[in-house]
Amino acid sequence: MNGNAFSFSQLGTLIRGSAVYRSIVRHGTAETNRNRSLVIFENLFLHVHPVKVREKTLKFSHTYWLGGITVSALVVLIATGILLMFYYHPSVPQAYRDMKELKFVVDNGVFYRNLHRWAAHLMVLGALLHMGRVFYHRAYRPPRQFNWVIGVVLLLVTLLLSYTGYLLPWDQLAFWGVSVGTNMAKEAPILGPPLRFLMLGGNIVSENALLRFYVLHCVLLPAALFGFLGVHIWRVRKDGGVQGPPEPPADDEVEP
Amino acid sequence: MSLPMPSLKVVESNDPVAVPKRVALVRPDARATLRRVEERWVMTYPNLILREVICFQVVVIVLAVIALLFNAPLEGIANPLETPNPSKAPWYFLGLQELLHYFPPVVAGVVFPGLVVVALVVIPYAKINLSARPLWSGDKARTRLWVGGAAAFLAVFFALFGCWPIVVPTLLIGAAMFSVYGGQLDGRLRRFLVSVTLPEWIMTWFILVATVLTLIGTFFRGPGWSLVWPWNMYPPA
Repeated sequence: MNGNAFSFSQLGTLIRGSAVYRSIVRHGTAETNRNRSLVIFENLFLHVHPVKVREKTLKFSHTYWLGGITVSALVVLIATGILLMFYYHPSVPQAYRDMKELKFVVDNGVFYRNLHRWAAHLMVLGALLHMGRVFYHRAYRPPRQFNWVIGVVLLLVTLLLSYTGYLLPWDQLAFWGVSVGTNMAKEAPILGPPLRFLMLGGNIVSENALLRFYVLHCVLLPAALFGFLGVHIWRVRKDGGVQGPPEPPADDEVEP
Repeated sequence: MSLPMPSLKVVESNDPVAVPKRVALVRPDARATLRRVEERWVMTYPNLILREVICFQVVVIVLAVIALLFNAPLEGIANPLETPNPSKAPWYFLGLQELLHYFPPVVAGVVFPGLVVVALVVIPYAKINLSARPLWSGDKARTRLWVGGAAAFLAVFFALFGCWPIVVPTLLIGAAMFSVYGGQLDGRLRRFLVSVTLPEWIMTWFILVATVLTLIGTFFRGPGWSLVWPWNMYPPA
């Protein structure tokens, strides 16, 4: 690079050396292993990770990145979901009209709705495949038993999120899909009918159900998901990192 | 070559005053082996973080391309008076909806999904999942009795309800389990099958059943939940 020209890397160095930047990020540039550990250690969000990881666990065949794909789909869902909320009214018939608004009036509205829809499918699929991967790698075994249970809870929350979101467009597909599902819930002995009434805010899928599903979809279930997801990822660190395929016992190892 | 385990006296106290010294005795006929594994560790930043960012970018790009090419479905406004035939739940519930065709609603909608959730939760606490040996490595006669009995019971039970989408995978998995009964090691497939553990067989059976039910419910069910080809699902009125 030309020695006299002011380069972007010089600009970066200047910013990172400034008093304001150093008051926010206390460690220096990640050129030493000490600073590289501080990047993780001193960051509220990154410190769900350990400072060091076993090199072999980075291999693709260890995890197939299925957990990462699921979380990535979640991030896309949050971003597009917030944008969609700006245009959405959880009422009849405005909810359906908003779908048409998104399609014909709002800039890129149809693109964000598409993204949200396909990312939701990817998240359900990713969670299922991740679960299969963990099972066949026997990664549920001690000390990771309880993280498997949290994973089952996360799967159920994910399914509920997808299911509550399914009603929100208020078209025929949404209405009858949710009607079929909630009719099944009705069959549970004792708890079924009152639970269904509580969920729908009535005896049929109506405007009340739309509002309740909206609140569940945008507030309660995401909050539950963040809580369990945080514990899930944090426990991966606490249980000694991700577990890849089981290794055959060494030649001189005696089976207990 | 299993050697007798050395017997250890466990002192039930962690109080260093009460138990000042601890001794582990290793009998001369057993070697204490230590498995040394040279593990290479790398810094999470940038090695893991960078990969995570790349994973996220790939997901965003793939989803963006799909979102540009395919529109999310949107039908007419909801009308409680006009029931589409067939009315279907989202795809991940269509396996259950397919079961509704064979079983009373309380069984298909409550008992089966409840059993699945309970079964998933207890996986890491069940002993068979923790020992995880190849299916036929233990007492063969006993295994034959239990596995054959369970497969036959499931096949007959689901056949009584006419639920062939479960009967057929059950018989297939049962046949695959017994195909390596003699422990034959010829051929790659057999070498692989002989190493499969009982929990893996059960999970594979469950995944196969769930996939078959979901595919039938999604693509092969039309008006009145009758069997149709995917292209005839909504026949012209």
